[in-house]
Amino acid sequence: MNNIGLTHILFISCGLFFIGIYGFLTRRNLITMLMSIELILNSVNINFVAFNKFLWADKLDGLFFSLFNITIAAAEAAVAIAIIINLYRHYKSIDVEVTDTMKF
Amino acid sequence: MLSTNLIVLIPLLPLISFLLIALVGRKNFPNLCGALGTIALLTSFLLAATVAYDYFFVAGKVNGIYQQMVPMKIKWLEFSPNVSIDLGILLDPISVMMLVIVTFISLMVHFYSLGYMKGEERYATYYSFLGLFTFSMLGLVISSNIFQIYMFWELVGVSSFLLIGYYFDKPSAVAAAKKAFIVTRFADLGFLIGILVLAYYSGTLDFQTLITRLTTPTDQLHAITTASFLGASALTWGLLLVFMGGAGKSAMLPLHIWLPDAMEGPTPVSALIHAATMVVAGVFLVARLFPVFSISCPSALQVVTWVGASSSLFAAIIACTQTDIKRVLAYSTMSQIGYMMFALGVSGYGGEHGLGYMASMFHLFTHAMFKALLFLGAGAVIHYVHSNEMKDMGGLRKLMPVTHITFLVACLAIAGIPPFAGFFSKEEILQAAFHANTTIFVIAICTAAITAFYMFRLYFNIFWNKEYHAVSHVHDDHAAHDDHHDHGEGPFTMKLPLMILGLLSIVAGFLPFAHLVTSDGKPLETEFHITFSIAPVLLATGGILLAMVFYKKENPRPQAIANGLKGLYTAAYHKFYIDEVYLFFTKKVLFNLVGRPAAWIDKNIVDGTMNLLAFITEQTSYLIKRMQSGRVQSYAAYFFAGVIGFVLVFIYWWK
Repeated sequence: MNNIGLTHILFISCGLFFIGIYGFLTRRNLITMLMSIELILNSVNINFVAFNKFLWADKLDGLFFSLFNITIAAAEAAVAIAIIINLYRHYKSIDVEVTDTMKF
Repeated sequence: MLSTNLIVLIPLLPLISFLLIALVGRKNFPNLCGALGTIALLTSFLLAATVAYDYFFVAGKVNGIYQQMVPMKIKWLEFSPNVSIDLGILLDPISVMMLVIVTFISLMVHFYSLGYMKGEERYATYYSFLGLFTFSMLGLVISSNIFQIYMFWELVGVSSFLLIGYYFDKPSAVAAAKKAFIVTRFADLGFLIGILVLAYYSGTLDFQTLITRLTTPTDQLHAITTASFLGASALTWGLLLVFMGGAGKSAMLPLHIWLPDAMEGPTPVSALIHAATMVVAGVFLVARLFPVFSISCPSALQVVTWVGASSSLFAAIIACTQTDIKRVLAYSTMSQIGYMMFALGVSGYGGEHGLGYMASMFHLFTHAMFKALLFLGAGAVIHYVHSNEMKDMGGLRKLMPVTHITFLVACLAIAGIPPFAGFFSKEEILQAAFHANTTIFVIAICTAAITAFYMFRLYFNIFWNKEYHAVSHVHDDHAAHDDHHDHGEGPFTMKLPLMILGLLSIVAGFLPFAHLVTSDGKPLETEFHITFSIAPVLLATGGILLAMVFYKKENPRPQAIANGLKGLYTAAYHKFYIDEVYLFFTKKVLFNLVGRPAAWIDKNIVDGTMNLLAFITEQTSYLIKRMQSGRVQSYAAYFFAGVIGFVLVFIYWWK
């Protein structure tokens, strides 16, 4: 009971994930949506590390994968912010509702 | 010795001339194209003459029998180890003879057209088409494979179509070209089915193998004669269908309707295609498969006989009433081809019985000479008078002396007056018919008399009858010049072929043909019965005299006779309403019973299915297009809902 087990960590990562989903679907601000995506990514990272530690403690694959994820996330943030800046220059706004011109 | 390269060059030279003129010459040096085509053909003819000399007098004979030779054969499409379509060359007496005829007549026509077609806008195109036609015809006669002959057969049809429709701004020429193409295509459908039947049972497409297998008692022969369909054996059906293709090209009843209309083409073309070469392709085809017809299936040969004989009489009667000189010649062609057909029909295979075969090929040979001459002469007349109608002519003998003499020679030749070429070949045919079948003989001899009559009707109407008055209206295919009396009878290029052909029409009959071309390759000794030829010659002379009485001077007698035989005359003048029967059949029966229902099905059922599909797609997309809103968050929500859905499916159902 005193030990922190795999289940606890999974609860945390699950919570983080759904907070991220909720934020992504409800926020109108593009920066906030980007932050939500970061939350989702980090919940995945936590999962990787946790499974690696509890199931295959003698291996390092999960750790490396989460490091790899962090790198990708950094690149993704850079690209996303570049897009947001361009949108801002165009619409003078970073509200996601104004970027609905690509439709039927 | 026969050199393969030389033989290959014979058909290839016209092809090269066609390609060169069509691709380069037409744009860059249009005025030299005629000379180019003529030189190519001259070379081709000289090569063909060399080959013929080699074949007939040097290399062709082994132990006194002319052999079939295959100097070249390329496997082209192989379906199975046994059945393949080859491209090859088959030399035997008839193909060598045809090589010479086709190159020679084509050379004459090329040369003649230098004068006749001069100043035409599409002069170069004309020569390129001539080259294409000559190539296809030469390919046809040397084919070693029945499928190869079919391909060239169609090529010949295409080039004939192009040449008939040469004056494509005249609606009648366009209609004639389409008619010729459709009628012969329809016949070729039969030919194709016939090829498939024969090839299916004999297991080969190669002529030599096919003929061997279907004339000697083999399994294949047994299979094809025992398989029966609607009361006739598969062999009979196959041969009859092949003959249908031949009848279409050779304008036999009832597929002849395209030939008179084909006269819309330039006159030298009529001389080349619709008199001397292409229309005898059907005769050639029957001759090519003659051993099969004769040895294995005499009943099919009977059909050939009757179709040939009835066409020959039928066309001769129509020819007496036509007033367009080219149409008279067209019907006379049909009649003479009928002669060749029934001569084949009454013939047996080998030795003495092969007289009809020899006579048919002989007539093909002499007919090519004098019929080309007749057409070229008619071309010269049309060139001078600017009309095809007899009533615009008359009294031309002093104005066109060369044409007059050569035309007379050709008329005597076709009427069968000795010693002109037609006499000899016609005598042989009559003898063969006499020994085989009395009814056919009677038909043949009647036709011969009528032939003499209508040919001299033509001759007297053009060259005697009344004094010539130039007509003002211009109504022919040579409307380029308006005042025509400056060119006189025609340039040297037009006169020379007339003279050469005239000379040949006199001497061609003396060729020892029976020693060269026979059904089995062995020389045939023909006896010449002077007593036998008295009756036909007398009848022909009678025909000529009758024509002289009627037409030498303008008089009311022909009109009186025409009034006397009103019904027959009107029927013959309207070509016995065969065209109308076809029109009735196609317009009333075919269009209403087949065409319209087919169109209805196409419009409503085929198109309807497609339209329904399109309608459903359109409506559905209207319904769901709101989903593509352009809002990133709704897309993400759909995506997420989908993932959740999959997760649920995997957890609860996919166990």
